[in-house]
Amino acid sequence: MKREGKIQVWQEYQKEIADDHYFYVRSCIRQNFFPGAEQTFLKILRNELGKDIYENPHHTSCSGIAYHSDVVPFDTIQTIVARQFALMTEAGFKNLAVSCITSFGIYSEIIETWKEYPSELEKIRNYLKRATGREFEVPQNVAHASDIVYKFKEDIACKMKFPLINQQTGQPLKIVEHIGCHYSKMFPSKGVGGAEFPHVLVGMIESWGGEVVDYPERRHCCGFGFRQYLVMSNRGYSVSNSRKKFESMEPYKPDAILCNCPGCPMFMDRWQYVIEEMEGKTYGENGRGIPVLTYEELAGLVLGYAPWDLGLQMHQTNCEPLLDKMGIRYDLSLKYAGKDGKLIGKPVMECEC
Amino acid sequence: MELYQELTKDIRFTEGLKSCMSCGICTAICPAAEFYDYDPRIIACTIQSKDNKKIEDLLKSETIWYCGECMSCKTRCPRGNTPGLIIMALRSLSQELGYFTESEKGRQQLAIKRTVGENVVYKGYCVLPESLIPELHPELGPVGEWIYENSEKVYERVGANYKGDGEGALRKIPQESMDEIYRIFEITGGFDRFDKIEHFSKIKAESMGFTEGEEDYSDYVNHIFTTNNGKHNRQ
Repeated sequence: MKREGKIQVWQEYQKEIADDHYFYVRSCIRQNFFPGAEQTFLKILRNELGKDIYENPHHTSCSGIAYHSDVVPFDTIQTIVARQFALMTEAGFKNLAVSCITSFGIYSEIIETWKEYPSELEKIRNYLKRATGREFEVPQNVAHASDIVYKFKEDIACKMKFPLINQQTGQPLKIVEHIGCHYSKMFPSKGVGGAEFPHVLVGMIESWGGEVVDYPERRHCCGFGFRQYLVMSNRGYSVSNSRKKFESMEPYKPDAILCNCPGCPMFMDRWQYVIEEMEGKTYGENGRGIPVLTYEELAGLVLGYAPWDLGLQMHQTNCEPLLDKMGIRYDLSLKYAGKDGKLIGKPVMECEC
Repeated sequence: MELYQELTKDIRFTEGLKSCMSCGICTAICPAAEFYDYDPRIIACTIQSKDNKKIEDLLKSETIWYCGECMSCKTRCPRGNTPGLIIMALRSLSQELGYFTESEKGRQQLAIKRTVGENVVYKGYCVLPESLIPELHPELGPVGEWIYENSEKVYERVGANYKGDGEGALRKIPQESMDEIYRIFEITGGFDRFDKIEHFSKIKAESMGFTEGEEDYSDYVNHIFTTNNGKHNRQ
């Protein structure tokens, strides 16, 4: 592809991201598996960047997983989303900050539907009014939380305590970046860099001193597949997709995998454990797995937040190899400790993945 | 019933299929086509034929349940079609008509409705820690089991507000908000969908000889959650 062509594509996929006053909507999967990551995002925005980000406790799941498993109809999810927008409107906000990638895809899909089909928007206004008495405005700006971290990546870089440099070798850490499918595959213009060259995580990695790994299956789905994971007898599909990616990235010896969707790191983390159990194979160095992080966790590490405050102990594939490379100190005896410092039991591991 | 006409009432269908030229690039990029006996190009062809019998067979088949709804197809189609959206319209119609119970994969919709679907209506989350029972999720590993058995302390440690009032991860969503979600499901057809899934599943469960636990036919739910006939890949 000609350089001119790439620049043209890139210019088309510059995305407008609001710079303050966000209404935050949480992610079901991130709350369950990476709750420390959401708390870290809020802490970074409020304490490091001085931003105004508000959470209304009355907001709910957007129901995206149920919608993409086809048990919730389109009208229902549109109205649930309209309710989220109503809460945002009532609180005086115009900028939505979305924690989940599936949600981000849903909000994008529904807003585009309402642009193309104004009668649909009127129908949903009517449904919401009948069900809840609420009215809403469509957000002026919808950003995924990773877009916001991308926007302020240089500010974070200025406060960096642990750059993405291997302290043992002095070389940039090699990081695989994995973008959630629903971030930009349906609406490329809604993602920084579009569907083919998403830049949202590349920008973070490069700003913080790391090196991005390019490998053949870079844009391949991790395999969540909604119903393909939710039902036990379908999970072969899910693990097979992730395995394809691991096999493809392995020769490039990545130090970590970075994700912006909450589901992808859950799968890429757990499926490494499963593949080790099923086939005896691991993909990292020294028989270990490749640490998988969310962008909030990586931002937190770079800023010097404590690993167990970030919630890295909730990962199945250990992150300690990455922490060691970054020169981050941690106390293993506190890994499974509670808020009071006392041990909350310990996972019974047959292998140290 | 003209099934093609029914499909055209679904916005996902009209947005997803706007004239397919059968180039097959969707199949080339599709993850489901890699791992299942699945071909989105053939699905688009079948629909465009408007042949009622073929569409009915499709709605009753395993085929429409293989898609992972990743939307990779959208990135490559030269006509701007999205087979993933067509699939969503087909799955909706299959459930409306009760055809989903004719296939092993389709029958699984009851399990999803009982877990994720009901979590949304009654708790305000698709997934909750109490849903992640280790026996049903062995892939979550020893750490998953540790989190499940010590959930309150683990979530407290990382700053969540599990089952608490006010803001925070995994907070208890106020009842008045859950009442609003309930009314949304009532008015928008959400409960109609749930009721149809239950109704047709019950008929199928009885015809397949599942009668234990008649109230919730949990033996049937366990069966659909765990059964795989091993014939879903290309033979």
